[in-house]
Amino acid sequence: MKIVVCIKQVPATTAEKRYTSDLRLDRMASESVINPLDEYAIEQALRLLESGAVESVGYLSIGPESAAEALRRALAMGGDDAWLVSDQALAGSDEWATARVLAAALDRLAPDVALMGMASDDARGSLVPGAVAAMRGLPLLSYGSELTVKGDAARIRRLTAAGFDIVEAPLPVVATVTDQVGEPRYASLKGIMAARRKPMETWSLADLGLDPDELHGAALTRVIEARKPEAKTPTERIENVSPDEAVARIADRLAAWKLI
Amino acid sequence: MTYRLTDEHVELRAVVRELAEERIAPRAAEIDAKAEFPWDLKELLAKQDLLGTPFPAAFGGTELDGIGQAIVVEEIARADATTSLIPIVQKLASLPILLAGNEEQKARYLPRLASGEWLIAFGLSEASAGSDVAAMRTRARRDGDDYLLSGSKRFITHGSIANVVIVFALTDPAVGGRKGSSAFIVETDTPGFSAPRLEHKMGIRGSPTAELNLDEVRVPAANRLGDEGDGFRIAMATLDRSRVSIAAQAVGIAQGATDFALGYAAQRDQFGKPVAELQGIQFMLADMASQTEAARQLTYAAAAAVDAGAPDLGYLTSSAKLVAGDTAMRVTTDAVQVLGGYGFISEYPVERMMRDAKITQLYEGTQQIQRLVIARQLLQRAGVRRSAAR
Repeated sequence: MKIVVCIKQVPATTAEKRYTSDLRLDRMASESVINPLDEYAIEQALRLLESGAVESVGYLSIGPESAAEALRRALAMGGDDAWLVSDQALAGSDEWATARVLAAALDRLAPDVALMGMASDDARGSLVPGAVAAMRGLPLLSYGSELTVKGDAARIRRLTAAGFDIVEAPLPVVATVTDQVGEPRYASLKGIMAARRKPMETWSLADLGLDPDELHGAALTRVIEARKPEAKTPTERIENVSPDEAVARIADRLAAWKLI
Repeated sequence: MTYRLTDEHVELRAVVRELAEERIAPRAAEIDAKAEFPWDLKELLAKQDLLGTPFPAAFGGTELDGIGQAIVVEEIARADATTSLIPIVQKLASLPILLAGNEEQKARYLPRLASGEWLIAFGLSEASAGSDVAAMRTRARRDGDDYLLSGSKRFITHGSIANVVIVFALTDPAVGGRKGSSAFIVETDTPGFSAPRLEHKMGIRGSPTAELNLDEVRVPAANRLGDEGDGFRIAMATLDRSRVSIAAQAVGIAQGATDFALGYAAQRDQFGKPVAELQGIQFMLADMASQTEAARQLTYAAAAAVDAGAPDLGYLTSSAKLVAGDTAMRVTTDAVQVLGGYGFISEYPVERMMRDAKITQLYEGTQQIQRLVIARQLLQRAGVRRSAAR
């Protein structure tokens, strides 16, 4: 039983994002981290590995060569091996192109579970897991607060407004988990040292048998503009009045907005 | 001494900094206020293998080089000086075993120390034997295959919580501490060993500083490190190497204060603009940053000298501790100044950092002792003979 966790390297949320002249995120300009939502997928996979439910955990990422750092950090948390798909033709890929490439790489790796975070912290499209499942003709178990595997089926527990849904599908599957799985672990020093010796392979599009032309310049969509959000209207402060007066004024204002 | 930071060092710093910012920094104020040893953080550091950095892999350690060990201490101290003492003292008190222990002693003690299962303390100072180490009065009297240890120790960091203490005691009182002392590995559950009192301190308040009492404590001769009479030599060789950790702690405290003051100055508005735009504040921040950087580089050079086994390593380690300790005191004092009145109150961390900084000028040799070590090496190089009496 093998899980491959798909991870994405993203700019740290604390970093200011900058764009290149062709409206791409300037990844060199800021510190990069593993997409925090992917860390929950890593944690879930490693818990299954530790419990003996799966035999191996690998990692797959698409990105520039520097994305190897994110894979190395994941390997420091645990797991066995990693693959990076890196190709100049993939610069500026959208969700569709990303899903195509991931699907091709996963076809080759053939894991029982391809596990992903519920969204990426930078783009937040949340489209890739569903697209990968559709392209590979596999069931999608999405938004799990817990993933379990048993026999030839995978099961997730999904939080809903009414309670929980328990959803099961025959392996192999594509699955996503949420931050409900539990806090991701920190890499230990021995983990970091061991990660330097774990196998990591880099694949180009040609290695995956993909034709760059077929990927439509790596995107079906195109960013036509990027701009900062409009400045907010100034905050109205109610100060230096008695609590009763303040409450009355806040209530009036909420009523004027028809919120109460 | 030449040295170079590797990619591994850079990665190590990032990993420890993340851990320290997320898990240690939020605990620092409470640890200080309650003066409670942070057992939770000791467990965390043990789990992350950060207590095993000086130990050989064969004994379960991670065998980092000196600069790597310094980086770990520095990044923890940047968040909390008390917590940084956990790896510092684990190394300090294990050094006698690493330097002078036989294979049986290493096999018995190092794995449990590297994993953090056991804590260890360094029992050298006494009430009347601080800088004058040789004035120690604790006795070790031979009794068959054992020694009976009697006396008391003072200012022993972690002395009350350690599972083992390295105790230095006179085996030949007639010739004095310099030639007549020996080092013993003492397990603290041995009858007659007690830690009756803790000090109330201005800084590193979560780290228990204990008085130890030894009342006919029976220690097997197999637990003696080296030969009888090696005690002073083992203690000095240990301190020559361990004070790099104190330099690293001081650098970390200074960096923490600099970073906090910078962040505060950037968001604190006075006269209609952030105080960071005032040149008077900028000059202070520039001095804090550059002096901290200088102390850091000297600390790494000293760490590399220890790794290389340089004959004059004491010259560099004492210089690093002297410069870094003074830097920590000056920089944290300036950080309080940058914050103004807010720096003086416990709502902000810089007053704690200033109180914590002071100890780096005192322990593992006062700044004055560091100057003596440095001067001794200088005179030796210049061919000046020392008088026999010192």
